[in-house]
Amino acid sequence: MSEKWDATSERLLRELAPQVLGAVTRRFRDFASAEDAVQEAMIAAFTQWPQEGIPDNPRGWLIQVASRRMTDQARSEMARRERETTVAREAESMTPVLDIDSDMDPDDTLILLFMCSHPALSPSSAIALTLRAIGGLTTAEIGNAFLVPEATMAQRISRAKQSIANSGVPFRLPSPEERAQRLPAVLHVLYLIFNEGYASSIGAHLQRLDLAREAIRLTRNAKTLLPENAEVAGLLALMLLTDARRAARTGPEEELVPLDKQDRTLWDRTEIAEGLELLTAALSKGSVGLYQLQAAIAAVHDEAGRPEDTDWPQILALYELLRRVSPGPMVTLNHAIAAAMVHGPDKGLQLLKALDADPRFADHYRLEAVRAHLLEKMGDYELAIKHYRNAAAQTTSIPERNYLMTQAARLAGG
Amino acid sequence: MKYILMMNTMKAGHGVPNWQQKDLQAHIAFMHSLNKHLTEAGELVSAEGLSFPDQARLVRAGKNGVPITDGVFPESKEFLAGFWIIDVESPERAYEIAAKASAAPGPGGEPLNMPIEVRPIMSGPPPEML
Repeated sequence: MSEKWDATSERLLRELAPQVLGAVTRRFRDFASAEDAVQEAMIAAFTQWPQEGIPDNPRGWLIQVASRRMTDQARSEMARRERETTVAREAESMTPVLDIDSDMDPDDTLILLFMCSHPALSPSSAIALTLRAIGGLTTAEIGNAFLVPEATMAQRISRAKQSIANSGVPFRLPSPEERAQRLPAVLHVLYLIFNEGYASSIGAHLQRLDLAREAIRLTRNAKTLLPENAEVAGLLALMLLTDARRAARTGPEEELVPLDKQDRTLWDRTEIAEGLELLTAALSKGSVGLYQLQAAIAAVHDEAGRPEDTDWPQILALYELLRRVSPGPMVTLNHAIAAAMVHGPDKGLQLLKALDADPRFADHYRLEAVRAHLLEKMGDYELAIKHYRNAAAQTTSIPERNYLMTQAARLAGG
Repeated sequence: MKYILMMNTMKAGHGVPNWQQKDLQAHIAFMHSLNKHLTEAGELVSAEGLSFPDQARLVRAGKNGVPITDGVFPESKEFLAGFWIIDVESPERAYEIAAKASAAPGPGGEPLNMPIEVRPIMSGPPPEML
């Protein structure tokens, strides 16, 4: 036993979670039970290590505890089924040989990462499972992060594991083709975790687990596992370049502060520098994807000392590329904003018309909000007020509704 | 995405329902099984039943913030009997659950087809660009 317990030790434990889960799953070929056993081992570590100190081989300790749970479970399962000595002897033979160091397979975490974003899972299940299997968070912590009771989250996770078991996916690394095909789903899950955290960092939920930081940590891990992939680096850059504005994003009353009104001295320079470095390296690799382009747009904003210094023609050009790489209503919307900044609000309003008829566009309030903003720039306050109010009536975010109602009230002279 | 499902019941003739025992039991069992089903589906955030309207009081601040209480106004025809808060993947799923709750059995085991008001809870993410 060595060292004393602190935040670093807790981080170490979380880093080890997917490695241990990988090793135990590999050994027992049962992802669902292994996942439960590793959770129990993690909880045992959380309670024992702070008192007893960190074991000399923490990974080995966790694998051993989890494997013992697996064996105990297999034994009682067999005892339950058939109380015969022969079967008990079989259980005996399942006791793993503890050759801990040969158990380390760097690909295990990567296999888990792909497993957790399996196409059979709904986005919310994939998120929950990723946070538990890769992030090493407890069910209670994940429930708390999404403001859902622990029992509900436990069910969501157990159903997710069941779906994976039913899909019969073997515990091995997907082929390079499969990997290329499924990587967007993996990145999307990480992106959703970040987005959830970024959204909930304001309002009444300050006590919640910091999901944005967790997403950054997980994406950092993914980047270590897939060092050559430019999109993983692009996603990490996007997260860092966005998270850098966190402190400036809300005012003293927790109100939303739009980009052009933010106090840019509050932006985190270290995160911006790291994001820029990652992005530059990623862009030099050639294949430019969705996350690199979004990161590049975030970078242009972050590099402007004042809002009026923003290189809008550059942003417009990036949105034009993004429209080609990943077309969609949100991209069209943001492209229209950029076009308005370069060519004037009437150009933006003209481009927005394309979205009125787009049935895929579920977030209609965003369109209303942007339209209101552009109408205000045109000087048509009356119509701007109407659209601000439409947007406020349709949004599902309280800080945003407050912001939009305030905009309408400001124009109405209230 | 979280939704609240509000179960409204007609106030007229309400209070403790004058149903047969087996109908009441079927209704109670239905509500239990619905909640169990929602928990198992990983969708239930919370579910609460509210007291009957004779225990409801309207409160407003009087002078110096002193509470002034009043019975429920007799003209209100409906009252909130209970609610569920669910966390689901789509509005369609929320409507499906609401329809299930609406069809809770009443007298003679017939579905009540109660109106269930479904509204999104304001927990969505704010946009980055505006």
